[in-house]
Amino acid sequence: MANEVLKVEHLDKYYQKKHVLHDINFTISKGEVITLLGPSGSGKSTLIRCLNGLEDFRNGEITFEGKKVIPNEKNWQQLRQKIGMVFQSYDLFPNLTVLENILLGPTKVQKRNVDEVKQEVDKLLQKVDLLDYKDAYPRQLSGGQKQRIAIIRALALHPEFMLFDEVTASLDPEMVRGVLNIIQDLADEDNMTMIIVTHEMNFAQQIADRVLFLKDGNILEDTSGKEFFKNPKTDQAQEFLQSMNF
Amino acid sequence: MSWEIIKQSLPMFQQGFLLTLYLSLIGIIGSIIVGIICSLVEYFKIPVLNKILKVYIEISRNTPLLIQLFFLYYAFPAMGIKMSAQLCGIIGLIFLGGSYMSAGFSGGFNGVNKKQVESGKAIGLSRWQLARYVIFPQGFALSIPALAANIIFLIKETSIFTVIAIPELTNTALDLIGLYYNSNEYLFVLVVAYAIILIPLSIILTLLERRVRYGTFGN
Repeated sequence: MANEVLKVEHLDKYYQKKHVLHDINFTISKGEVITLLGPSGSGKSTLIRCLNGLEDFRNGEITFEGKKVIPNEKNWQQLRQKIGMVFQSYDLFPNLTVLENILLGPTKVQKRNVDEVKQEVDKLLQKVDLLDYKDAYPRQLSGGQKQRIAIIRALALHPEFMLFDEVTASLDPEMVRGVLNIIQDLADEDNMTMIIVTHEMNFAQQIADRVLFLKDGNILEDTSGKEFFKNPKTDQAQEFLQSMNF
Repeated sequence: MSWEIIKQSLPMFQQGFLLTLYLSLIGIIGSIIVGIICSLVEYFKIPVLNKILKVYIEISRNTPLLIQLFFLYYAFPAMGIKMSAQLCGIIGLIFLGGSYMSAGFSGGFNGVNKKQVESGKAIGLSRWQLARYVIFPQGFALSIPALAANIIFLIKETSIFTVIAIPELTNTALDLIGLYYNSNEYLFVLVVAYAIILIPLSIILTLLERRVRYGTFGN
């Protein structure tokens, strides 16, 4: 496939004896947005955590931009600059200000020029209406603000590819929209390649080029977003959509 | 109880007081340095050193300071290593305190939320960068209660130095009692002298703990 960013082949993951991901295969192309849907415990988070090396896996291969990933900590550490990830619990560093949180990766890991990065960060913060908070500490921010900062922290590294792990799941309802809008903008304006785990079905339907439906560690459907929401093929997917009132 | 006797003894107690402060200070600083080094060895799991560290911690924590001091003061000279009583005391205190401080710091590092580690990894931080910018600053803050408890503990332990005849507070009191038999007066001064050191210190450390617990980074 042309412009293939990431390819996952025959990936198996076990927690001790429990087989949590079964023979996962998929590829994602440049600019494509995949949402990973499925009931709780289906392995969605585990799967995307495998894609940046936060979880190891027993069998299988991951190819990133045409190169096979040899899964060791050193390689992952390099790759994580290109694969941004944002978590459910935002996890900004409480001992650093907003600006320091964001600068850490670009200036310490990528050794880029501090002033240059600062200018860029100002623009990013402006865009999400948080420029006034750049010298604040994370505890002074609301959940939604923290999550927006966490996204910017990841974007400041200029990733090729973003992973979002239920980034709105622990936010108050009124905060959700602001965070989702940023992700939507990334898709629309920057044509960012993304895999998104979410329980926001409206959002998923709106943003997904493709849906992977996961249940009990198996990909049961791999289909276009439109097709999945209009015409789910498997009973499990129909059941799931019903359970989400969709 | 005679105030006159107390008054006469004060110059001697003053010397003991200063010596106790001096030995405690050196011992505490030394223990913190040893503790930091040991906790880093443990955190980075440095091969060989990590094993040696485990042996050290077991010996240090599971033998009384009294016995450690006897060993340094009486057994070492037999092996050809002669040290002054004060040096033995300081080494003994650091030997003991180092392992306690190390456990305190390691506890702090381990107490940092695992999600902080993942979040640091996710922006590409190396192991060292993760430690330097995320784990250590947060871990040190978490280890302050243990640090405070250890500081108080080590100051009190200096009273054991009397067994190798270091003229600190306890030794001064016991000496005076041996000479003049005025136990009530001398023991009273002894208690007051320790209280003068420990009570204000304990209050300061509690305030520091509270500030770190409720308050927070950056203000």
